[in-house]
Amino acid sequence: MTEFLQFLFSGLTVGAIYALVAVGFTLIYSSSDVINFAQGEFVMIGGMATYVLAAAGVPLPIASLLAVVIAVAVGLLLHRLAIEPARDASAVTLIIITIGASILLRGVAGVAIDKNFHSLPPFLGAEPWLVGGAAILPQSVIVLFGAGIIVLLLWLFMSRTLYGKATLATAANRMAARLVGIDTSRVVMLSFAISAAIGAVGGILVTPIVLTSYDVGTLLALKGFAAAMLGGIGNPVGAIAGGLLLGLLEAFGAGYVSSSYKDAIAFMLILAVLFALPQGLFGRSTIERV
Amino acid sequence: MQDATARLVGNRHAALMAIVAILLLLPLVAPSLFYLRIATLVFIFALAVLGLNLLMGFAGQVSLGHAGFFGVGAYAVAVGPTHLGLPAWASLLAGAALAGVLAFVVGRPILRLKGHYLAVATLGMGLLIGMVFTNEARWTGGPDGMPVARLVLLGWTVRGTQTWYWISGATLALGVLIAINLIDSPTGRAFRAIHDSETAAAVLGVDVARYKLIAFVLSAVYAAVAGAYLALFDGLVTPGTAGFLRSIEFVAMAVMGGLGSIFGSIVGAALLTVLPQVLTVFHDYEQIALGTIMVLFMIFLRAGIVPTVAALMDRAPP
Repeated sequence: MTEFLQFLFSGLTVGAIYALVAVGFTLIYSSSDVINFAQGEFVMIGGMATYVLAAAGVPLPIASLLAVVIAVAVGLLLHRLAIEPARDASAVTLIIITIGASILLRGVAGVAIDKNFHSLPPFLGAEPWLVGGAAILPQSVIVLFGAGIIVLLLWLFMSRTLYGKATLATAANRMAARLVGIDTSRVVMLSFAISAAIGAVGGILVTPIVLTSYDVGTLLALKGFAAAMLGGIGNPVGAIAGGLLLGLLEAFGAGYVSSSYKDAIAFMLILAVLFALPQGLFGRSTIERV
Repeated sequence: MQDATARLVGNRHAALMAIVAILLLLPLVAPSLFYLRIATLVFIFALAVLGLNLLMGFAGQVSLGHAGFFGVGAYAVAVGPTHLGLPAWASLLAGAALAGVLAFVVGRPILRLKGHYLAVATLGMGLLIGMVFTNEARWTGGPDGMPVARLVLLGWTVRGTQTWYWISGATLALGVLIAINLIDSPTGRAFRAIHDSETAAAVLGVDVARYKLIAFVLSAVYAAVAGAYLALFDGLVTPGTAGFLRSIEFVAMAVMGGLGSIFGSIVGAALLTVLPQVLTVFHDYEQIALGTIMVLFMIFLRAGIVPTVAALMDRAPP
């Protein structure tokens, strides 16, 4: 039981980060059909920029805030300079653009900061809490709460504000949204900004536990993409469920089966899910017009 | 002149002639063996990308896991002679066959998926294959990889950059010839019909599942042969050979060169093989330069280099 709790908490912590990356994928995808493989780089920017600013003597809360602002600025630049000029291009062309952008961002971080691993001090101390015999880092709890608050804020934004409703409308039907006067290219811009902010916050929350470096984004993008697809692309609830599920699969797979094959277990289950439900767990089947 | 060049770029058989011409002329003008070494790498990667292009550019099915098949070929020529006592040439053939069988078995269920779901499934498949190479250290040497014995054909040991230049170049030319003939066959037309619309193809009587599977198996065999060549040429395999980044690189080569363009596969492979060599002069700024170039190419030549250039030449007045 102790073991089970331990795996459960570590799985949920990692899963929360995957979920945030997956939500970022989903937001950008539903407003623009772009699969943004630079999504992991926002997480990297969040962690790395906070580390640099904190090391320069900026208090941690302000450093975190500035890091989010930097990530949002990068997200907006990415949209303006790389996505917008190629908005009529095919999906696969856009994917290569975002991969190019992620290589570029990694390169910039490697040059501007360095190529070492960095950490941040835990927000509530490093002493683990004991729950049912399992040791839980306070930071893990912060990650889970942080992710929960982000999801809640996002939901409020989507359902209560005009911009949020415009985003939903664009996701539902871009042509119809444009016809009722929604500036869809602005909605896409907004979704890049929000995705960048979500990724950066995730990066800041998780850095005290898992460390950060200039190249952590690749693996996170891969896992986040897998999580988003597992849940069913374009569905935020699916993205969150997919992320948490992927984190749990990895933790339990590593704990009970084999740590060197933990990714294998996760991906085999993803394949199994997709064979049974080709649209992901929460995806709706679409009808193709010929 | 422009017209002639346009026809040269657009005509598939002309692409084959261009490759043969490059193959024959390059050794005459290359200042050192280093250039032939790079050219050999281009030929090897182009072979893998050509196969991927048949799948992506013609049949319209994405794969983010082709480095897995590439790795199957590479590890076959490493493991076969070392652990099973097979000669290297037999291991190469066995590796290609194994990749084909693997693609056949995995392809049935995977190819039912569409678009990004197919992308994530192939990505998972590639990662699974790569993980086997990393973790089965008793057979594969684990994360450090393992050495590969030289290829021996009829008592002749194949070694040296020049020898591999000719072997890989000739194999690429053969691969191009096969691809060209395939594209102009009923199978190739079925691929393109599926690419345009699966439903429409099915309505017209094309066995969609079967032709997708043919494209998948074929592209896996191309990748495995290329992987075996790279391992024999380098004398070493590591799990990085079959890594996720290699898969992404293949896709980037195919897309940047031009999906659906045979010559594009070679141009794409050449670009992304030569660029990192050239960009080493930028030292730390190498990744920045590479990323920027990828983004700019895709914004301005969004259909890929070869198709865009061909279209421009078509439009230009004679």
